[in-house]
Amino acid sequence: MTTRAVITGIGVIAPSGIGADAHWKTILDGGSKLGRISRFDPSSYPVTLAGEVPDFDPDEYVNARLKVATDRWTWHGFAATQEALDDSGIDLSTLDPYEAAVALASSSGGNEFGQGELQALWSEADGKVSVYQSIAWFYAASVGQISILHQLKGQCSVLVAESAGGLDSFAQATRTIRRGTKMVLAGGTEGPLSPYALTCQLSSRRLSVSTDPERAYLPFDAAAAGYVAGEGGAVLVVEDLEHARARGADIYGEVLGWAATHDGRPSRPGYGGDTEQVARAMRLALRRADRSASDVDVVFPDAVGVPECDRVEAQAIRAVIGEAVPVTTQKAQVGRMYQGGAAVDVTTALQAMRYDMLPATPGLTDVAPGCELNFVREATATRTDTALINARGFDGYNTSLVVGRYEA
Amino acid sequence: MSQQHSGSGASERAPSGLTSSAESSATSERAAQEGRRRLSGGAQRPDRRRVVVTGVGVVAPGGVTRDQFWDTLTAGRTATRKITFFDASKFRSRVAAEADFDPLAAGLTAQEIRRADRYVQFGLACAAEALAESGLELTEEVLENTGVVMGSAVGGTMALEDEYVAVSNTGQEWLVDHTFGGPFLYQALIPSSLAGDIAHRYGTHGPTQVVSTGCTSGIDAIGYAMQLVQDGEADVIIAGASDSPISPVTVSSFDAIKATTPENHDPEHASRPFDATRKGFVMGEGGAVLILEELEHAKARGAKIYCEVTGYASRSNGFHMTGLRPDGLEMAEAIRVSLDQGRTNPTDVGYICAHGSGTKQNDRHETAAFKRSLGHHAYRTPVSSIKSMIGHSLGAIGAIEMAACALTIDRSAIAPTANWSQRDPECDLDYTPNTAREAKVDVALSVGSGFGGFQSAMVFSRLKEAA
Repeated sequence: MTTRAVITGIGVIAPSGIGADAHWKTILDGGSKLGRISRFDPSSYPVTLAGEVPDFDPDEYVNARLKVATDRWTWHGFAATQEALDDSGIDLSTLDPYEAAVALASSSGGNEFGQGELQALWSEADGKVSVYQSIAWFYAASVGQISILHQLKGQCSVLVAESAGGLDSFAQATRTIRRGTKMVLAGGTEGPLSPYALTCQLSSRRLSVSTDPERAYLPFDAAAAGYVAGEGGAVLVVEDLEHARARGADIYGEVLGWAATHDGRPSRPGYGGDTEQVARAMRLALRRADRSASDVDVVFPDAVGVPECDRVEAQAIRAVIGEAVPVTTQKAQVGRMYQGGAAVDVTTALQAMRYDMLPATPGLTDVAPGCELNFVREATATRTDTALINARGFDGYNTSLVVGRYEA
Repeated sequence: MSQQHSGSGASERAPSGLTSSAESSATSERAAQEGRRRLSGGAQRPDRRRVVVTGVGVVAPGGVTRDQFWDTLTAGRTATRKITFFDASKFRSRVAAEADFDPLAAGLTAQEIRRADRYVQFGLACAAEALAESGLELTEEVLENTGVVMGSAVGGTMALEDEYVAVSNTGQEWLVDHTFGGPFLYQALIPSSLAGDIAHRYGTHGPTQVVSTGCTSGIDAIGYAMQLVQDGEADVIIAGASDSPISPVTVSSFDAIKATTPENHDPEHASRPFDATRKGFVMGEGGAVLILEELEHAKARGAKIYCEVTGYASRSNGFHMTGLRPDGLEMAEAIRVSLDQGRTNPTDVGYICAHGSGTKQNDRHETAAFKRSLGHHAYRTPVSSIKSMIGHSLGAIGAIEMAACALTIDRSAIAPTANWSQRDPECDLDYTPNTAREAKVDVALSVGSGFGGFQSAMVFSRLKEAA
């Protein structure tokens, strides 16, 4: 019998708020959490909006020694991890450290910190980087620091498949658990808001230049014109079912199946991806979850807000699951947190199961031709047993994940 | 505290022998913990699909093809030189191993060259060589079940730094001028470009990933790929790693923590793993790709099989982002689990391709880990560090070392540790000094140790058919 992996803790640090409860309240209340970038003066850039984590005080989660040695993205990681561990009630001291691990995704590393170091290096003839550059900027910084802080010494992973890796991390956590590890932290956080990181993102030509927070990011809408970047994300506790049951854990849901495919073609304006590969990821994920399309109660799409990409995704969802299945996304409200966004979607799916409530898709008023799906227009009280979540990464990455209500 | 952990107190003075009365109580406690762990295992499920290597491609300093690479290694030639890519005069460490790489000669198209940062170009070249050797016919059916999993520690930092200099006007502006940014800047920011560009070239549709666990990225990417094939998520994975870190920001980063060698007067002998006079590592660059394939899939098409990937494990030391305790416990645990998975006896190990970075603490840490995991057999096993010749290419090197392991098994030769002349009492194994050896190796073990505290081990074994 295959080892089962369940989710027993949620930590959210996102534009929707800090902590799982704040996140859920925000998405039920509606209202955009996007706003003018405050991290720096964005007036000289075509993009001025972003989703920032409100009222985040790193000192609540990060000691002074670690704070100077890490980027904001890692602070978000520390905080989300702490929230998730607290929520799960797991006592790490009862675990063999080799049976606990951390597998997070990151699309771009310690941007704000890295830009500061590049400036120190290049602005003066004899400039140099600080002793922390080598451990703060690189993609493994958050996972390394979290493994050290919490003594998670099993097989750790850092996955960087642009926005799809956030879902891949749940697959990897489950693979790791099936090989004998008891607990793996999965998900991811991001810190994409520095002037240079924004400049890099601009070259994808996928960001919205709108200045209206309510209308800037409108996936599947006729007015869709790109996405708004968000910072933060979520870290979740994925646990061996038997271990979770033995300690009487409160179980949010089960990781049932997943699949990753690739378009085999690069992303470029006008090309929205390979419908067949997006569909195949969903189909394979369902097959591996031992679920059929009719079992799916809700779909959380990638919803990048780029018209050609949205059309491809909508077509793939219709092909695999049909037109009747409820589809909902809150990305318009909180922004695209890259890898972190996928982890936040997993969170929302689990909360929908727990509270028997499907949150609405904010902002959507006029569905774009080709994007017709059964969007959840108002929060709806209904039971969810099986949720399908999609995440797509720039340049052709497609991942689908199926999570389900836990049943003994 | 200083980033270059120099050890402290009793554990610093503990000898590196198999057992020692001088071990600190903390170390004993850690050893007890390890003992407890021995009962539970990372044992391989018997029904798990088997994974073999059917193609190898390498770009490395001193040799930008598989055969040139192997010639360099077996000749014991070093490729470490004075840095030429930029004016390194303001840095503490000014030596590196640069690859003599010509992307056009490697078959890249003009558009690939424009779009791809150097490390991605390495990846494309390696994938082409490995795929060609594998003889795999990329039919639609094969492409559906072929994935790409690559590792990289620092990704597109070379392009990111170049572009940064322009948009910031040489670091003068915090609010950088985006209008000076190039069209492929986003691809430089996201290291997923490495696997993505390989998938684009061949039109693969299987699971695609970039694994970035610092200096263990290469082993971890191949390990990730191995698990995908074992679990039936793919039949074939183009797996490996690539890095091109020889740029000011990365050189400065390792300068700052004194991890790289400060000896610049004799670049060809600057990388001296396991030698008593070692002073730090020498940066390198390059990449390697292995074609990982499900055993029956490979047999059905009559593929040449280099070896079987019989074990992989990674453990974290939970100790320090860059520092290592001298006891090597976590690396020993990774080795133990990776051997267990293939039901390989420690005494069957015929070669250890060491991490051997040439820093004081790494080589001592690793030597202790070999003794702890292999017992007295550690003293009888040839060990070598190819970083003595081609430098340390961060995330790439793990894959390059796995390529070396596959070639070792295939070609019955063990690459030496160059520049070895003085024994360090704490590094008292057989490091295959200076001269390659002929030897039939059935089991090759490789390890990696990286920032973040990651310790990874992988075992390649000559294919044994089930009785």
